[in-house]
Amino acid sequence: MYIWFARLKDFFHYKDLLKQLVMRDIKLKYRRSVLGYLWSILDPLLTMIVTTIVFSSMFKRNIDNFPVYLFCGQLLFNFFRASTSQAMNSINANSSLIKKAYVPKYIFTFSKIISTLIDLLFTMIALLIVMIATGAKFSMYNLLFPIVIFQLVIFCLGVGLFLAQANVFFKDVQYIYNAVMMAWMYLTPIFYPIEALPKIVRDIIVHFNPLYYYIKQFRDIFYIGTFPEIKYIFMGSIMSIIMLFLGIAIFLKKQEQFILHI
Amino acid sequence: MSEKVVIEIENLTIRFNLANQKVDNLKEYIIRLIKKELMFQEFLAIKNLNFQVKEGESWGIIGANGSGKSTLLKVISGILKPYKGKVKVKGSIAPLIELGAGFDANLTARENIYLNGCVLGHTEKYMREHFDEIVQFAGIEEFLDSPIKNYSSGMKARLSFAVATMVQPEILIVDEILSVGDYAFRKKCENRMNEMLSKGVTLLYVSHSLEEIQRLCTHTLWLNKGELKMIGKSKEVCNAYLTEMKRLI
Repeated sequence: MYIWFARLKDFFHYKDLLKQLVMRDIKLKYRRSVLGYLWSILDPLLTMIVTTIVFSSMFKRNIDNFPVYLFCGQLLFNFFRASTSQAMNSINANSSLIKKAYVPKYIFTFSKIISTLIDLLFTMIALLIVMIATGAKFSMYNLLFPIVIFQLVIFCLGVGLFLAQANVFFKDVQYIYNAVMMAWMYLTPIFYPIEALPKIVRDIIVHFNPLYYYIKQFRDIFYIGTFPEIKYIFMGSIMSIIMLFLGIAIFLKKQEQFILHI
Repeated sequence: MSEKVVIEIENLTIRFNLANQKVDNLKEYIIRLIKKELMFQEFLAIKNLNFQVKEGESWGIIGANGSGKSTLLKVISGILKPYKGKVKVKGSIAPLIELGAGFDANLTARENIYLNGCVLGHTEKYMREHFDEIVQFAGIEEFLDSPIKNYSSGMKARLSFAVATMVQPEILIVDEILSVGDYAFRKKCENRMNEMLSKGVTLLYVSHSLEEIQRLCTHTLWLNKGELKMIGKSKEVCNAYLTEMKRLI
């Protein structure tokens, strides 16, 4: 118990470092790019337009307002992929800081998740644009999106902490990660309706793909405009807490060996 | 001089695994696991070291390359954890361990000063208050807004030193990084360290310059292949070290 209290105190002691690290990421990302912050909005918009052109004719009958349907899934999946891949490299990329002084190491992983979250909030503006452009209906339920984002961020933090420590010891984790991400993307109903899958695959995804829990809730909020299904809020929260717990446990167990490998 | 012990080292042993460091991917790890070739080649960087540092003392640490000097400083700073034994440190530490480490090459000097200060555990507000002092001491006013990657190693060392010493640590740890600075800057640093010593800061100083050690440090620790060779007053230890070195040549 005492050790957790000490850790919490440690975290507050270094909260300004967290802020500096997040600011560094944001600054470096947008410095010297002509379009600046607009990139966070334009980039997903362009991808969405291309994907819409390719896939909308394929699933035209099943999905009305394909752009919003697609965008909801794409937004969350891209956040998942970007935040975890950034988090995976967080320890290696900051090795020079870690070698210099004692710092709680999870701060680096945490800062990557936060800076990607800030990007996500910019991207939400793009979602707004798509909704206006396609004449989608707005509703009060749209304002509930932080519920989903919060679960997803916790989930990503757990996955990120796990990947960050694994990548310190095994550099090929990155390649495995890329392959897994590819499979995961196709196994998540982002650009196709879940009904298009055979029953067995559908059942597996509905029950065992955590990203589906989050995307489903997000679509309930923005695409359908209703309160997200309680079952998925429940499953999503449980999953994110489990993942966070696992991530923290492994990270704390391994962190003292980082210095020998970076 | 006060009798309070600020650094206490008891039976310290630091172990590195030489063999395992080479396996850095999962594929090789699994192959070796199956073949049962996961060897553990032990290397003790520091063996059974005991010593105490009292508040306000200045210690020089000498020894040939690879004798564990930097490792010792890293353990005291909390960067490395001891394999066996205990390290007790009381008070805030400013470690000046690897030159240029802790700077992000793409950020400007201004941004790096804040980042670096926060890495040392200070708040942003604290850094803002001491910002001008740091810039002035490092003498980099003109280059404040250019990225650190355009800085020379001497300039980086100045900035590192300025950030670490401006923030009044209780223990200052310096690992021969000042050797890249020019003469005037080294003198400036020496004065700064002397000033800090007179205010009661504890200093640990690694250097290959015995002259500097004798000027700055009251006590000296001589490490040889991870073991304590000699400990005592700087003059005696430095003389013994010099005699030994001459004998080896």
